[in-house]
Amino acid sequence: MAWVNQDKCAIVGVGATDYYVRGKSWPRTINDMAGEAILNACADAGISVKDIDGFAYYSTAGAGYLDKFDTASLMETLGIPHIGFSATLTSGGGGVAGAPGLAVAGLMNEDCKYVVTIMALQQLPQHRLGVVFGAAAPSPENSFLQPSGLVGPGHLMSVLARRHMHLYGTTREAFKEVVQATRANTHNRPKAVRKDPLTDEQYWGQPMLADPLCRLDFCLETDGAVAIITTTTERAKDCRHAPALIHGCTHGGQREWGRAFAWMGMPDPHFASSGHKYVADRLWEQTGLSAKDMDVALIYDHFSAMVLMQLEDYGFCEKGEANDYALAGKLRYDPATGCGVNGGVPVNTHGGNLNEAYIIGMTHVVEAVEQVRGTAINQVKDAEFALATGGPASLPVSGLVLRKA
Amino acid sequence: MTTTLTYGPARALPGEQIAITTNPDTEPFWLAAKEHRLTACQCADCGHFRMPPSPYCPECQSTAKQWPTLPGTATVFSFAICTKNPKNGEDYVYVPVVVDLDGAPGARLNANVSGCDAEDVHIGMKVAVDWTDIKDGWVLPNFRKA
Repeated sequence: MAWVNQDKCAIVGVGATDYYVRGKSWPRTINDMAGEAILNACADAGISVKDIDGFAYYSTAGAGYLDKFDTASLMETLGIPHIGFSATLTSGGGGVAGAPGLAVAGLMNEDCKYVVTIMALQQLPQHRLGVVFGAAAPSPENSFLQPSGLVGPGHLMSVLARRHMHLYGTTREAFKEVVQATRANTHNRPKAVRKDPLTDEQYWGQPMLADPLCRLDFCLETDGAVAIITTTTERAKDCRHAPALIHGCTHGGQREWGRAFAWMGMPDPHFASSGHKYVADRLWEQTGLSAKDMDVALIYDHFSAMVLMQLEDYGFCEKGEANDYALAGKLRYDPATGCGVNGGVPVNTHGGNLNEAYIIGMTHVVEAVEQVRGTAINQVKDAEFALATGGPASLPVSGLVLRKA
Repeated sequence: MTTTLTYGPARALPGEQIAITTNPDTEPFWLAAKEHRLTACQCADCGHFRMPPSPYCPECQSTAKQWPTLPGTATVFSFAICTKNPKNGEDYVYVPVVVDLDGAPGARLNANVSGCDAEDVHIGMKVAVDWTDIKDGWVLPNFRKA
């Protein structure tokens, strides 16, 4: 049954700072970068920052383990006069695609008129995402994980990738293809961190950080900020751009995936998955659509192997068949035609977290907006529907379908 | 092109670099480890195993727990191979493993495995508990190729 709020709200503004390699953004501060992204998003939407009266966050507003920003400091910094809504999806980056749905909740409840979703991060030496779990003080729960030396998100996901290889015959060639297919989309993007074409020799020559994953299977560690503005579709008529309609938006997940990042208890086949099946099924139920109806897929790619598992969970291919799907070139965007390759849906036309920048998934939402606006740098021809995802991570994870107005 | 890389002997991470904390739900596991007794949290009402230990049985919501002595053997469910000591970055080959514990269906532990070359570790491999002294007098269950 169609979602009652389908197409009633829209993303009308996107804004970002430059993207910096980890630690290079200093002496800028977290509120400086968050403010620039919000002001740029307001300019893009054609509204005043003083029109903002809502915040819909994820990752517990401030990426959890890094330097912080929050509603009170942003209001004071930017001169936002009042707010009627301020809420966050729990857990981590898995909530990015669900945060616009939280904005919809505030808007449909008439708590607010213009809602900002923002991620800003700055990884100073004392705060580095790549070793976040290893650097944390021991807790009763992580005492069952930390001593094994699974110190970062990539280490944990490498264990899931290994199980996927064992169950389904998935190969490192498919991980390489995820990296290369999405790297091919950054050569023309001025702000991308990794822009050079990636040869087979370069990929195979990378150090293994957590076998079976090598350095380039891990996403970038980036500083920067990205903001989006959501409002009602009615109000969007007064904004500068064609609205990107929120056609479906889900977050959540099921217990078998559960604590994921802090736990390795998932039973098969959930262990070798992205934990997205439950939100994917709800998203397709909400929209009446399926993976094959998507014109472009912006898949959260903190680690290459997890892209393959999301393609399975969302139904771009059958469970266990992502290896062959990827190796058939079906993640590729063909700039000559503006279409996919070999019947596939282009994945991460912006280069993704692996190649462009890692702002905890926000660049995927921005690219989804630009694709349905028709203004993307690597524009998919006649793009009507764009999928963006958040996670795999501890629950909730999330999925978003935007529709061209 | 997927080839098996060569890493050499797998070593458990140095015990003196490892610290844990406990709470009333988890402490019986660690007290047993001090006695070199491998256990897992089992519901005393329905028999369901859960790890890490937690306040409620997720199957029947009972808070009653028991801590049976397990055989101390396990099967590798999945693993990674890492080459840097996470504390100081020095070259150090270790293999984080996720193991299914014999005698405690559904309960898994995360640990290191040693007693073989890293590239010889495989899913389905049988391992046996190997006790590592860590900080503050605690003892950590690792595993050795059986």
